[in-house]
Amino acid sequence: MIGATLHIGVPRENRPRETRVAATPTTVTQLVGLGYDVVVEAGAGGASSFPDDAFAAAGARIGTADEAWQADVVLRVTAPTVEEIARLRDGATLIGMISPAFNPDLVAALAARPITVLSMDAVPRISRAQSLDVLSSMANIAGYRAVVEAAHVFGRFFTGQVTAAGKVPPAKVLVAGAGVAGLAAIGAASSLGAIVRATDVRPEVAEQVRSLGGEYVAVKAGEQEVSSDGYAREMGEDFNRRAAEMYAEQAKDVDIVITTALIPGRPAPRLITEEMVASMRSGSVIVDMAAAQGGNVAGSVPDEIVVTANGVSIIGYTDLPGRLPAQASQLYGTNLVNLLKLLTPGKDGALVLDLDDVVQRAITVVREGETLWPPPPVQVSAAPAPAAAVAPRQAAPPPEPPKPGRRFALVGLGAALLFVLAGFSPSELVQHLTVFALAVVVGFYVISGVHHALHTPLMSVTNAISGIIVVGALLQIGHDDALVTALAFVAILVASINVFGGFAVTRRMLGMFTRGPSSTVRPTLPAAR
Amino acid sequence: MTATGAASAAYIVAALLFILSLAGLAKHETAKAGNAYGMAGMVIALAATIGLAVDHGLSGTGAALMVVAVVIGAAIGLWRAAQVEMTGMPELIAILHSFVGLAAVLVGWNGYLSVEADLENQTEVSADLLGIHSGEVAIGVFIGAVTFTGSIVAFLKLSGRIKSNPLVLPGKNWLNLGALAAFAALTVVFVVEPNLPVLAILTLLALGLGWHLVASIGGGDMPVVVSMLNSYSGWAAAASGFLLGNDLLIITGALVGSSGAYLSYIMCKAMNRSFISVIAGGFGNEGSAAASDVDYGEHTEITAEDTAELLREASSVVITPGYGMAVAQAQGAVADLTRKLTERGVEVRFGIHPVAGRLPGHMNVLLAEAKVPYDVVLEMDEINDDLAKTSVVLVIGANDTVNPAAADDPTSPIAGMPVLRVWEAERVVVFKRSMNTGYAGVQNPLFFRDNSRMLFGDARERVEDILRAL
Repeated sequence: MIGATLHIGVPRENRPRETRVAATPTTVTQLVGLGYDVVVEAGAGGASSFPDDAFAAAGARIGTADEAWQADVVLRVTAPTVEEIARLRDGATLIGMISPAFNPDLVAALAARPITVLSMDAVPRISRAQSLDVLSSMANIAGYRAVVEAAHVFGRFFTGQVTAAGKVPPAKVLVAGAGVAGLAAIGAASSLGAIVRATDVRPEVAEQVRSLGGEYVAVKAGEQEVSSDGYAREMGEDFNRRAAEMYAEQAKDVDIVITTALIPGRPAPRLITEEMVASMRSGSVIVDMAAAQGGNVAGSVPDEIVVTANGVSIIGYTDLPGRLPAQASQLYGTNLVNLLKLLTPGKDGALVLDLDDVVQRAITVVREGETLWPPPPVQVSAAPAPAAAVAPRQAAPPPEPPKPGRRFALVGLGAALLFVLAGFSPSELVQHLTVFALAVVVGFYVISGVHHALHTPLMSVTNAISGIIVVGALLQIGHDDALVTALAFVAILVASINVFGGFAVTRRMLGMFTRGPSSTVRPTLPAAR
Repeated sequence: MTATGAASAAYIVAALLFILSLAGLAKHETAKAGNAYGMAGMVIALAATIGLAVDHGLSGTGAALMVVAVVIGAAIGLWRAAQVEMTGMPELIAILHSFVGLAAVLVGWNGYLSVEADLENQTEVSADLLGIHSGEVAIGVFIGAVTFTGSIVAFLKLSGRIKSNPLVLPGKNWLNLGALAAFAALTVVFVVEPNLPVLAILTLLALGLGWHLVASIGGGDMPVVVSMLNSYSGWAAAASGFLLGNDLLIITGALVGSSGAYLSYIMCKAMNRSFISVIAGGFGNEGSAAASDVDYGEHTEITAEDTAELLREASSVVITPGYGMAVAQAQGAVADLTRKLTERGVEVRFGIHPVAGRLPGHMNVLLAEAKVPYDVVLEMDEINDDLAKTSVVLVIGANDTVNPAAADDPTSPIAGMPVLRVWEAERVVVFKRSMNTGYAGVQNPLFFRDNSRMLFGDARERVEDILRAL
């Protein structure tokens, strides 16, 4: 992959209702700036109002579908079909929204080819990765569009007016879940003039809700939820019961409900039941933004508007971002550019995938035919805490690593020494040496990756364990020689101090490590993302 | 199943439990389970060994002595564990290491006394393996003795009973190398003709070497030293395992030895220093003279009330504690401050340098004791990029770990050591007893920066003043 300039291909999206495209003229310019050659399939930007001429003017070459699919790096919005996977060349890199957690078959099909697949919807929620986070950028659009769709179906004003023909009351909107989509919906609805209420399991978002002109409706009392990875979780039963009461009460009062509750890797939680829908006024509108994941609302159908017996419209569109195609393509394309900036440290059109970087590791689903999904979890505290983007600057150059030749020589020498030692040793010793060598390696690996905060407890537990030497002394006590017994007695005594003291102090220390202000049990539930 | 067979089986189970224990300790979620695995493994190992000893015909007196020794040891151990202050944890761990070392020396001596010194009656070792046995005695005693005195010196330094300055003897590296060479020679002599005087000299030599090794390492490097001694205590146990032909001891010792060595390596990497140079000692004494004649300008003082004012207006606060917080026992007050600020809606986080304190992870233990939730306590790498967006950084008893000279000044003795870039924040308040230098003996240009303010006095009292002002 080093050296020659890579080609980026942007094929047309073929999925029904998919209007977006993975690059726009603006992002093409940026990709060219990173040193890539860009091939755009003719007509790829048609549905999102980007004509081929505009791509050509930005520096892209307009090509056929095959040319786009045969590029070294293929940028997509949606996951490819099986036929499309076959069109990729060996060694290609495919970047798109793969949803690997929901599509194990697709992942298997991708891994059957010697290709690399990066999934944009697997970007971890850490500050550093925000510029790549397509879930956020798409959710923002979807939240806005949800309000527009609701307004379209709703037969009334959003804003209140006093006119010569009489007074118009403002619409009341309830947004369930104040994640990115929910916040966008709150902003859009309140700027249309509606009275906006919002609810979320995480009390810390109350402030964000108010900042956008919404009113925060809390679920009464009970446990708090402080999210450790930036996403909402499932909540406890008691909480769910009280939340249901709150929704039932609100449903009777509001005109519009927009639900955004998703839990990563799980079916969407059911927030609005049939009884609640039945209790709403005729003409009310519900937008279920989680319809694709099973729905937050009873009776919602993906991609359709359902009108209930009592005249409530339930909108289950799953392509809300695609309903603002130009904007969605632009934001998605920028997310891709930001990813490629990360992957092209030299800005020379050479793609470098660094799996030691948590962000790059998290999105890598397949690398050269090897399945790397799921990635190890990335812990993000509720407070946004990014991992270091760059290694700390070093004023003094780091010491030169030993030359490979020298290192091989050292390893070779060590191996030779070991060989000679073992070869001339009696079999019993060799057996012990085998055990010893293996245990050394195990000890090394078993603690690599130890959490920094646990160094002290780890040390005190290893210290307690090394008190195992008491075993030796136990076998020596009671020897006929009084001196041997006396020495063994002392050895047992001091080693016992070690064993008991070490474990007890470790226990004491570990007992002090607590997490978060609340929470022994992590309760559960949805909310928004 | 014979008693020996049963014991071997139990040993395998115990060894696996120990591996699970170390693995468990790598994560918060599994740490307690890890400790429980360790205890279970130890119980199984002890029960099996006692069974084995009884099977070998342990006399009544022997059994009584065994019980008495274990009971006394357990009582002392549990008492110390319950009593120790969290700030005194490094000392406790250091002294516990010395016990392992001592036990290894005693086991080694017993090995000699019951085999080589008693050739006519002994049945444990066949004649053709005697040489190897003698070699194992020598190595076991040597490592044990180095661990023993080394840990004692570390204990004395950490508890302030002796000065933590490095001892500088002329040609100290040659002394160490000479001691190693002498050890090799003595081992050969001992293998050829095992006798008491040679073993005694070897033991004394190793005791001396252990003392000198740690005495010549400065206080600032103590986290590495403690973790290194942890590793040594493991190797000592492994050596005893070879001596006794006991696989459990070999496995456990090797586990502890290699994990301890790896931990030390992590520490050294955090300080950007070579492992060898830390072991060889003498870091803290290089830089004090080098930087003294530079004019850094004036530092600016601040009062506790003004600091409270700053904090009230801050949107985000990062606290970077160091050993000074432990000395002043300020962790409780700091935790109160954290709670108070969090209630006011200020985002408070902690940035912990990998070598802050006198033990790896020392600060985390102290903050945990004061009930600071561990998810706001971040590592250096996690917080460094956020510091530029932080309103106020409180540096409590840290010095070298926040020294900009490490990043800016290639001539500084700590150049290249990764540090917390606190100076990038809007405001830095440094809690300090005086303008003295830190352990590395290097002046800290941070104190003279325009956005830095000095808050002099005892860290705990000052934090309590701030709390009152809030």
